[in-house]
Order: sequence, then structure tokens, then C-alpha cells
Amino acid sequence: MKKLNSKVSYKKIILPIAIIVVCFILGLIFPSLVYLFAAAGAYGTALMLGTLGEIITEKSGNMNLGVEGIMYMGGIFGLIAPNMYEMSVGEGNASPFLAIVFAILSAFAIGAFAGLLFSFITVTLRANQNVTGLAMTTFGTGVAKFVGELRRHKVGGYVTVSNDLKAAFDNKFMPDFLKRIPVIGRVLFDQSIFFYLSILLAIAVFLFLTKTKKGLYLRAVGESPVTADAAGINITLYKYLATIIGGGVSAIGGMVYTMTTAGCVWIEASLAGTGWLAVALVIFCSWHPIQATWSSVLFGALMIMYLRIIVPFFPQELYKILPYVVTVIVLVITSTRNIKDKQPPASLGVNYFREDR
Amino acid sequence: MADNVKVPIIKLAKRESMDPKLIWAIRVGSIIFAFIIGMIPLLMAGANPFTSYGIIISGSLSKKLYIQQTVKRAIPLLGCALAIAPCFKMKFWNIGAEGQITMGAIFASAIAIWSGTAIPRPILILLMLIAGVIGGAIWGFIPGFFKAKFNTNETLFTLMMNYIAIGIVRYLQGGPWEGRPGTQIIPMFAKNARLPNLFGIYIGWVIVLIMVVLVHIYMNFTKQGYEVAVIGDSLNTARYAGMNVGWIMMRTMLISGGIAGCVGWMLVSGANGTLNSDVAGGVGFTSITVAWLSQLNCFAMILIASILAIIGKGSGTLQTRLNVPSSVAEIISGVLLFCMLGCEFFINYRMSINFKQMGTNIKYFFSFQWIHKSAKKEAK
Repeated sequence: MKKLNSKVSYKKIILPIAIIVVCFILGLIFPSLVYLFAAAGAYGTALMLGTLGEIITEKSGNMNLGVEGIMYMGGIFGLIAPNMYEMSVGEGNASPFLAIVFAILSAFAIGAFAGLLFSFITVTLRANQNVTGLAMTTFGTGVAKFVGELRRHKVGGYVTVSNDLKAAFDNKFMPDFLKRIPVIGRVLFDQSIFFYLSILLAIAVFLFLTKTKKGLYLRAVGESPVTADAAGINITLYKYLATIIGGGVSAIGGMVYTMTTAGCVWIEASLAGTGWLAVALVIFCSWHPIQATWSSVLFGALMIMYLRIIVPFFPQELYKILPYVVTVIVLVITSTRNIKDKQPPASLGVNYFREDR
Repeated sequence: MADNVKVPIIKLAKRESMDPKLIWAIRVGSIIFAFIIGMIPLLMAGANPFTSYGIIISGSLSKKLYIQQTVKRAIPLLGCALAIAPCFKMKFWNIGAEGQITMGAIFASAIAIWSGTAIPRPILILLMLIAGVIGGAIWGFIPGFFKAKFNTNETLFTLMMNYIAIGIVRYLQGGPWEGRPGTQIIPMFAKNARLPNLFGIYIGWVIVLIMVVLVHIYMNFTKQGYEVAVIGDSLNTARYAGMNVGWIMMRTMLISGGIAGCVGWMLVSGANGTLNSDVAGGVGFTSITVAWLSQLNCFAMILIASILAIIGKGSGTLQTRLNVPSSVAEIISGVLLFCMLGCEFFINYRMSINFKQMGTNIKYFFSFQWIHKSAKKEAK
């Protein structure tokens, strides 16, 4: 028994430390890598939230493939809320704190609505989850484009917020001496507030899933609804709540994208693919919230690598498809390895009918 | 009286069978319901929903030119829905039709660009068709292979293949196949690489209608189509019956990709006359709506593809006439899909509402006895 434990701790402690040391040395040798990952934090945050939301959803056994649509809706609603708030109180009077809160709330609300719709159709009306998710993608992107266009007509120009608020959303508030730490400082402390909030959320989700009774129930619903039902767990409630909260969190990811990476301007095409990447990341990090943090920053780095690390004589357009090629490779590798504790929730994507037992 | 409030009001039971007329009535009803929901965004945009729907229809069907443009939109939708139908029947969630179309288009264009005017028209077009089918089939086969061998998630795999295919076109557009330097445009193909027109529309509509019949026969009257249906219903049954599930998956993806590649060939050789990165233009996604709304029935797809093409074309007119964003088409198509998915519930399940019990519960609620009860519980 003791031997087994020591083996696990070796893997869990020595390996990450070794990786960190190697990364540190690499960062010292190639400073452009440090800049790349520092810049990747912003896009990585959006991905991280999208991934976390989908992890929460999938833990209940609901596979919501509509993350793309949900993040789109979160992107525009998260922009419109501070925009409207600022217009109502007048430019300059707007409190940055309230603007951020409104952005988060409005994005969460629309994501939660999408989650509710998804669970109503799949849990109550028992429709196919895959197709419902695809419908959600079509619907969500449509709604986001529609609302964005309407708002643009109303405002008469780009939907955006004042420079003060833009600075507030992208404020890198950590003290300077932390930022000046070589390698780590730029990557870990030169980030906006959303980066830290997402990491806190990831830890919270991890603790909820592994350390609380409700988290255990949620996992039971995702792994074996039959058993959970027999144990008297309200499956419908857990599936609904997990999907609603998960949808809301994913939508906040869309908001973070528009408000930080896209510079508080609504550009329809720029969000395309982010939600799908988040769904792929859920598989990559094997449904583990903590692993979602570093892996989304890694993929964020891949997405912007063509801007930062220039490879001579290599066409940029082919360079841009690199993250998608990597995703495909990752999907294949994760599926070939058959590790027991890295499997999806056993009932993922399958609807539960009590009568069908 | 008030004690039996826990008896469920709504009882559900699986239906054994249902009158097919009633089934279609429910489905048509759900489509009408979707159009009623679709009025909400129209109202939000400050347009009268009835005039808006009128404009959508007149903007797509009132003139000969409009009809031609609408049919042009419907052709790839229908072709692509035919491509994904066998996959969806097999519960293989191929959302990579977009990439398969693009890859077919790339292969077909390669023949057209390399040959120039050297090859006579019928042979060249035939060669392009073969190349397109091969291109699409390869792009469909790759995810099918990994799904069959390692059970790799096919939804994400096929989706990533879309981005890769589109990225390759972007590279070709700005690199080796670029026309005048700096334009990022591939020049139009020579005349002998273009499909002929029939009634003012390129001949693709005839091809696609022939494909409807062929795919219908393939899915309903062949052994292979039957195998696909069995796998879709139950993987274990298929294995037990001794079917080579992996091979059937790969074969179906080859066929599906091939059809999508054929659509890509029609688009470059017929509709556009050249290749650009927007060649598929979201068709791969919209065709999922087409396939699912028609319940994978090939003939119903003709109708649904036309409806979606009408909405797509008409919403463009709506944008210019009433300033309603044309993305309303996407919202309506999403809502349509939601309603269609939801309505299956009423076809598969018998729902009996116990009105007497409902009355009892309402009476119980308004008698406010439950307040006393919960108070008593707390007192305990």
C-alpha cells in the first residue's frame, strides 16, 4: 500500500517540478517564448472559461456541443451590458467595477438561458444531444450576429465602450515587482483580473467535484444515472443545474474574449472556432478542471503563435492551421491511450429514461 | 382529499405506434410553431413579422432571377444533406461536410488549373468530378478511420478537418494559385472547365436530383444501407450479427465524403467558376439542419433544402428592404431544428394529463393547508 502511494507522489510532484524547471530554462534562453505565453494568457482565459463550463456540463452526462454558440452569445451580451450601462449614466461617470459586474452577469444570464434550453430539449423532451448541440451552435451564432448588428444600427457605428472602461477590463493590476520576476513574472502576473478569477474558479470546481457530497452526486449522475437514481438523487435537477451553470461559465468566456483580446469591439468572425476548441480541450485535459488551466493557455499560445514566432519561408496561412492540426493529433493520441482515470463520464451523451431500464 | 397530492399530474408512456398522418401533422405543426417563434427577432428589429415573411418569399421567388439564385443556394444544401444522411443514420456525427466539400473543390480545381485548355471539355469535367470525389472521400475517410480504430471523437475530428481544409485554400489563394500577385484571388477557370447551364442554372441541380434517388435507394434498398441503419440503432446488435463495424464506418465515411466532394466539384465548376476559401460558406452546417428536419428522408430533403434556401436568400432581401440583419436566417434555422427535435417527444411518448388530479392539486394549493403542514413540520 505504501509503495503504491510513493509511486503516485513521485509522478504527481517530481514530474511537474521537472517540467517547470525545463520551461524556466527555456524561457531564459528564448525570451520570445515568454512573450508568447504572456500574450496567450488573455486568449487562454477565454478558452479556460469555455472549457470549465463544458467540464461542469459534461460531468452531469450532458454533452453540450453548443459551446460555440454559447460563447458567441456571451461575447456580444457581455459587450452590450457595459455599453448600455455607460450610455445610461454617461461617459466618464461609469464605474469600472460595476461595468465588469454587469458584463459578467449579462454573459452568464444568456449562457444560463442557453443551458436551460439545452436541458429542456434533451432532459425533458429527451432529444438527441448531439443534434441539439449543433442546433445550439447555429442558433447561438445567429442570435449573436443578429443582436450585434441591431445594436450597431442603434448606436450608429461600432459597438464599444469608452477607453477608460477598456483599460479597466484589460487592467493588469498585479504589482510591478511581481511582474519583474524573470520568466514567471510576465506569464503569471502580467494578466487581467479574469485570468485569476478563472484559475480560482477552476480550483473551486475541482474542490466541488472531489471534496463535496454534491460534487460526488453530480459525478454519479454523469457516470451511472441508473445507480444515482436508485440512490435517490434527483437526476433531472442535477442535469439541469450543471448544464445551466456550465453554459453560463462558457458564456463568460466569450465575454472575456471580446472585452480583452478583441479590444471591446464586436467582430463577428473573430470568435469563430473558439467554442469548438474549448470542447476539444475538455477531452485534452481529460475532464480535469485544474489541467484545463494550463492546457487552455497552451492552446491560446498555439492560436497566436503565428503572430509572435515567425518561421521564415513558411506560409502564414498554413501556420494558422497549426492549432487545429495539433488538436487532431491530440484527439488521436488521447483516444489511443486507454488510461482508466482519463475517461469521459460513462453516460456522456446518453439520455436517461427511467422507463427504459 | 388533500392527502393524495403526490400523484403525478403528467403521466408518460412510450407509444407503440402512431398514425403516420398524425406524425407528419405534428412535424408540420412544429415547423409552423418555429416560424411563430421566429417572429420574435423580427419584432425586435422593429419589422412587421408578416410583411417580413412576405418579403422573404417575394425576395426569393417573385422573379426568374431570384428563383435561379434560390435554386443555386439549394443545390449544395441538398447535396450536402445527402452526404451526411448516411453518417447521421449511423449515429456518426460528421460535421465535417464543410471540409469535405472544400477538399473536393481543391482537388477539382487542381485538375482545372493544371490542365488549362489542353483537355477537351467533357473529359476535363469528368476528370474534375473524379478528382473532387476522391478529395472529399479522403477527407472523410481520415476521421472515419480513427473513429473505427481508436474510437476517436468524430465530431471534433471532422470539425478540425474543416478548419484545416479552409486554411489550405487560403494558402493556395495567396500562394501558388494566386492570379495577379497581391489579389489573393484564384483566376476564373477556362471555359472548358465550367459546367453547362440548363434553364439558366448550372446543371448541378439535375445531378443533385439524380443523387437524391441514388442515395434513397442506397439507404433503403441495399444491404449496405441496412447495415448502416443497424449500426445506428444498436452497435452491439451489429457486432453480434457479425458485421465488421469498423469497415462499415470507414466505407460510409468514404461514400459520404465522396458525395460532399462531388458537391465541391459542382460549386467550383458550376456555381463559382473558381475556388475561394468561402467555397462551402457554411453549407456543411446548414445541411445538418436540412438532414435532420427531413428525418433523413431523401425526398423530404428537397423540400427542406428549398425552404432553407428561400429563407437564406429572402433574408438578404429583408436586410436591404427593412434593415433586419440577415442573420435572422440562422436564428430561424436554429429554432426550426429545436422545434423539430422537441416535437419527436410527442411522437414517441404518450402524455396523459390527469386533469382531476390537477384540480385537486390546485384546490390544495389555494386551501393553504400546506402552510399549516410545513409549520407543523418545523414545530416538530
